[in-house]
Amino acid sequence: MSTVEEMEFKDTAKAALDAAYAGSDDQDLDGEKMVLNMGPSHPATHGVLRLLLELDGEMITKATPDVGFLHRGDEKIAENMTYTQFIPYTDRLDYLAPLANNVAYVLAVEKLMGIQNDLPPRCQYIRVICCELARISAHLLGLGAFAMDVGAMTVFLYTFTEREKIYNLIESLTGARFTTTYTRIGGLSRDLPEGWTGQLRTFLGEVVANFDESEKLLTRNRIFVDRTRDVGVISRELAIDSGLSGPNLRGSGIDHDLRKAHPYLVYGELDFDVPLGSVGDSYDRYLVRMEEMRQSVRILHQCLDKLPGGPVSIPDGKTVLPPKEKVLTRMEELIHQFMIVTQGVDVPPGEIYFGAENPKGELGFFIHSKGGGTPHRLKIRAPSFVNLSVLPHLLPGHMVSDTVAILGSLDFVMGECDR
Amino acid sequence: MSWIEHLSPTQQFVLFSTLKVLCVIVVLLPTIAYSVMAERRVSAAIQDRVGPNRVGPFGLLQPLADGLKFILKEDFTPAHVRKVFFWIAPAVAMVPAFMTMAVIPFGSTLGAQKMVIADLNVGILYTFGIVSLGVYGIILAGYASNSKYPFLGAIRSTAQMISYEIAMGLSVIPVFLCVGDLNLGQVISYQSNHGWLVLYAPVSFVIFLVAAFAETNRLPFDLPECETELVAGYHTEYSSMKFALFFLGEYANMIAASAMMVTLFFGGWTLPFFGLDQPATGILGGFLHIGIFMGKMLMFMLLFIWVRWMLPRFRYDQLMDLGWRRFVPLGLVNIVATAIFLWMRA
Repeated sequence: MSTVEEMEFKDTAKAALDAAYAGSDDQDLDGEKMVLNMGPSHPATHGVLRLLLELDGEMITKATPDVGFLHRGDEKIAENMTYTQFIPYTDRLDYLAPLANNVAYVLAVEKLMGIQNDLPPRCQYIRVICCELARISAHLLGLGAFAMDVGAMTVFLYTFTEREKIYNLIESLTGARFTTTYTRIGGLSRDLPEGWTGQLRTFLGEVVANFDESEKLLTRNRIFVDRTRDVGVISRELAIDSGLSGPNLRGSGIDHDLRKAHPYLVYGELDFDVPLGSVGDSYDRYLVRMEEMRQSVRILHQCLDKLPGGPVSIPDGKTVLPPKEKVLTRMEELIHQFMIVTQGVDVPPGEIYFGAENPKGELGFFIHSKGGGTPHRLKIRAPSFVNLSVLPHLLPGHMVSDTVAILGSLDFVMGECDR
Repeated sequence: MSWIEHLSPTQQFVLFSTLKVLCVIVVLLPTIAYSVMAERRVSAAIQDRVGPNRVGPFGLLQPLADGLKFILKEDFTPAHVRKVFFWIAPAVAMVPAFMTMAVIPFGSTLGAQKMVIADLNVGILYTFGIVSLGVYGIILAGYASNSKYPFLGAIRSTAQMISYEIAMGLSVIPVFLCVGDLNLGQVISYQSNHGWLVLYAPVSFVIFLVAAFAETNRLPFDLPECETELVAGYHTEYSSMKFALFFLGEYANMIAASAMMVTLFFGGWTLPFFGLDQPATGILGGFLHIGIFMGKMLMFMLLFIWVRWMLPRFRYDQLMDLGWRRFVPLGLVNIVATAIFLWMRA
């Protein structure tokens, strides 16, 4: 049998008294500080983030984030399988935007193989559609959870309703709602299903109405503004020093969007704006995300207008699985199929880094290849991990209630942070 | 029924008071249960959901299922709690909410009986006295749990309730300046003669309404239990019926606050037409007045529920700021203004 000891609170009054009687004025008369353990199982930490907060009353004096509770060793796993086999693992990084992860990963591999410019235009447009759909989905959840953290539960359910429609679209596109594994090295696993573009257009009309509704509930809501304005201000210097990326960086007013800075896919041909914040507080980050979703809708409309026909994969049997009927009837395709399945796509030796503008920020893959079908080392630059590193600088001086507002505005995913 | 007339006045008083207490409790408990259900259905309607509709026709038996669930859950007492306080805290939280109902006139007359349990001359003072006891349940729960999140919740709650009691107390003074009596029955008869007091003292009503939200720990002022940061606030360590008592207490408080607002500002059981503002003569009229009172009360309950699902919550310091720097001065100005107005008119 285990024995249970009674917890003893330190007598703060006595400590203060002792300090006062010690006769020196610079003693801390405020008494003891309390250490509050927030997480890893806590309603506001969205997964398994653990924060050690040192409190003086309700004021935070020190914050130490403790990450790693969801560590699955994705980077090590990648070394033991072919490049294609790792695509399902990317679904589980930022599990709120699996499509965008798929795209970012295969783009990195394609860059290493030097085939990124050979992709058929239809493939590139569909990949952009995937990325922007994932961005809307991730931001909807981010905003909803942010609103719920500061108490507005209804917004969360409104945004969730729209995400459900996105999941329906993704399901008819990829066959799975959540773990999509849609892209392939050199192409896509399948073309758009029939009538899908029409469904997407309908959805785009509906989702804009939902943005308006959520904005009505939040943007000019006095309580929401009071809770978020000037809370968790990230200065431009701090943002750069911490290596922030994505909406959190742009909320601080720094104009850096990889879709504009280093255009990949067909982003260079599309017309969209990058919203920027001015102060860098939680409210700015909220506004930036809201506007980014509207810009994503704009991009999606353009993609649908311009969507070309043609194949969705590179017509090269050594990179992409050949069509089934050819595999069954022709010798060369059969060999290609066998080689890709058993040994993986042959990637030349070398080192490459590719970063894509994901909903949470810059998702980067660094691949060190020694040739063959398996990476020698694969490093994932997870935006959530980097974004959370700002917490120890951000939280002190705020109240406990601000913690949830700040965490909500940073919009992190632990699956990606812990990898 | 002649045996009743043979009883002495004291015996009659005891008999009828007991009956009234029983009736009020018998009506109040299901009302609480169904207001929880209403909360779930209304929130579902607001959020484009369905809500509980599986138990019984239209889910009407859901409260029974909920109650059964609470009773059957394990009543867990953590090892580190201070047991005596841990056990009495839920009761201390709930009882005052019920006791408030004692002075509220929930109808005119039924036969020869006035429809109020205790027709006190200092009705409102009694209410404020009892309501401020409610905070002890919460502070005891937070202290007894011997755990950090409940502790923070209890401290917030104490500060919040004490501050808003002051604002609430200040807000009703103009009402009694107008009426000239502290008896809630007199407040209602004044309103049946002069019109509802919300027309005379709208500022008082607004302050009272906001303070009522704060006193009942409802969103946007639900800091003591605000679930995203303090897990569940002061009742984090509670389970089973002990938790249910806190839960019932919160809803009983909402009902009491709604009843107070109806009585003080919206004419209690009266309606200004069809002669419904005069005490009833028959049994039917008596029941009709009780129905009117309940109807008005339910409107306020609906308001409580609606606001909860539309607004975010305040931060602790913003809440105190609102209480002390806005509502207390506003309440004081309101008293002086009303006094001057009444003096000019006199």
